[in-house]
Amino acid sequence: MSGDFVNLMADLKEEELLALTKKRLEAKEDPQKILDDNTKAMAIVGKRFAGGEYFLPELVFSGELLKQVMALVTPHLKQSSAKAKKIGKVVIGTVAGDIHDIGLNIVEFMLDVNGYDVTSLGVDVPVEKFVQAMKDTKSPVLGLSGFLTPAFDAMKETVEALEKAGLRKDIKIMIGGGQMDDEVRKYAKADAFGKDAMAAVSLANKWFGVK
Amino acid sequence: MEKTWAELSPSQKREERFKRWLSPPGVTFTSPQAEKLYKERVTRFIKAFTLQKPDRVPCILPSMGLYAASYAGTNLATVMYDFDEMKRAWRKVLHEFDADTYVPPVLVPPGPSLEAIDYKLYKWPGHGLSKNTLSYQAVESEWMKPDEYDALIRDPSDFWLRTYLPRVFGAFKAFTQLQPWTTFEEIPGATFIPFGNPEVQAGFNAIMKAGTESLKWIAAVGEVAGEAMAMGFPGVMSALAKAPFDTLGDTLRGTQGIMMDMFQRPEKVHAAMERIAPIAINTAIASVNNAAAPIVMMPLHKGADSFMSIKQYETFYWPTFKKVVMAFVNEGITPVLFAEGSYNNRLDIIGDFPKGTVAWYFDQTDIFKAKEKIGDKCCIMGNVPTSLVMTGTPQQVKEHCRKLIEVCGKGGGYVLSGGASVDEGNPENMRAMMAAVREYGVYK
Repeated sequence: MSGDFVNLMADLKEEELLALTKKRLEAKEDPQKILDDNTKAMAIVGKRFAGGEYFLPELVFSGELLKQVMALVTPHLKQSSAKAKKIGKVVIGTVAGDIHDIGLNIVEFMLDVNGYDVTSLGVDVPVEKFVQAMKDTKSPVLGLSGFLTPAFDAMKETVEALEKAGLRKDIKIMIGGGQMDDEVRKYAKADAFGKDAMAAVSLANKWFGVK
Repeated sequence: MEKTWAELSPSQKREERFKRWLSPPGVTFTSPQAEKLYKERVTRFIKAFTLQKPDRVPCILPSMGLYAASYAGTNLATVMYDFDEMKRAWRKVLHEFDADTYVPPVLVPPGPSLEAIDYKLYKWPGHGLSKNTLSYQAVESEWMKPDEYDALIRDPSDFWLRTYLPRVFGAFKAFTQLQPWTTFEEIPGATFIPFGNPEVQAGFNAIMKAGTESLKWIAAVGEVAGEAMAMGFPGVMSALAKAPFDTLGDTLRGTQGIMMDMFQRPEKVHAAMERIAPIAINTAIASVNNAAAPIVMMPLHKGADSFMSIKQYETFYWPTFKKVVMAFVNEGITPVLFAEGSYNNRLDIIGDFPKGTVAWYFDQTDIFKAKEKIGDKCCIMGNVPTSLVMTGTPQQVKEHCRKLIEVCGKGGGYVLSGGASVDEGNPENMRAMMAAVREYGVYK
């Protein structure tokens, strides 16, 4: 049953997946096992995305399936079992003056399902808020998102503010979105540029030493 | 006897429209020299669009959107409300860049009109964005709910008026209480009643106010546009149109929504796109008929490489998009297809148009490969990287342009332009692009 579940989710079979979820819950199966299967399925989705088999629609839809499964499973979970162990903390946000959030949300989702404790600061995030969040969370990784050209300067200013606050040397910074590329990475003095949500996961894995 | 418009073939229609672009009715040029330059510039674009060799490679600068505001030392928040400042800024660009074309401030929306109707689809400086932000930005949301496809498909106008607009125009909130206007039949009585509602009346007053403000705005825009024409600078786009998938994905359902719909209700997505296509076609043709340049610009969003697979592109995006493009081609209008993001995986498909009838304008696509794959059928435009225009030196920009001109300009059918437009940045980088076409782009 568990193997079918993983495949149904990875293959995005909505109706069959939900039917099977209900069946497993009715059979009084340990809900934690379903959560573990979610993780396995999302790993397959991530692989297919990285391999060019899946694209954004599949990522978005798999997120929706995950949400639907969780809505069924959550009432059966004991409080304590809900917390899975996380690899580490990552802070992300769209820089000041830019309200685009599609890429940001997908990066948040991919980092989350790949085991990270993600704090998303949302869009149009002022420089000070990034600095404060890095202090508060002590996260070693920051992701800056931006779609428009004014984001070039906003990213640069954010990085400079972290330098000024004395935090820069302890933080790895990745950038991504719309018109971003390696030229902008240099301009903003970030550590890496990622072209999509899986790149964000690979960069985080590299920086956290995950193999 | 002369043929009526409907009897002309697409290529005859194109010829007629190009003739009108070359000699626009009602334009008085400031000098014979200005008229000569105007005709040279228009001819340059016509030849490039139709895959011929012009005198030299034409250029569209990436500074033709909202750039004038920052260039003139003001900002978008100011020019959206102060139309004298808007005119000053746009005149400054008109006079200080010796470009091949000019875009008047049509892309600066009138702030007072947006405020009057309480526009929620966009945020702009001072309204949801900080005052010094250089651009306005769309607010993506599920403006249309997943169970509303049938209402849209049944009657788009009614859906717009009573469902969609009350969500994006705050002032139209009470329009959800109206009956469809088709309820007016024979001798009306009760049908008038909802129009007595003070909130409904406030909605009508608001759009009348928006209209009044927009008249002031268009007078200012028209003034600058007229001057540019008289000085000999042609426009190169008279209308905007979208691919039906983008209308659904950007404006109605949002990215998240449309991507779910591709799995959960694909047949509704297709039916809605078929319904939207003729609306896009008719709106743009009407705009082009009122302007000089027979060009419609199509900014393309959600069909890019990273948004969907090639199979999804062929299934969901391409069919109704092609239908819209071909409707323009058959009317003799040249569509400029602005492929935002990259289209590297689409190059085997997107050249499928009659030779010399459409122009593909690339942002981040490998343009050399594009030239090779579709350059014999479509005009190619692009693509000095936005990051280079923003952060590079004039020498670097000019050098990049040289490479583009040498490869893409070969044999004609090429327009040098930026990847995307820029809202700020070193003006010398724009001038370097003009210097490059003059120095390297001349056809012998």
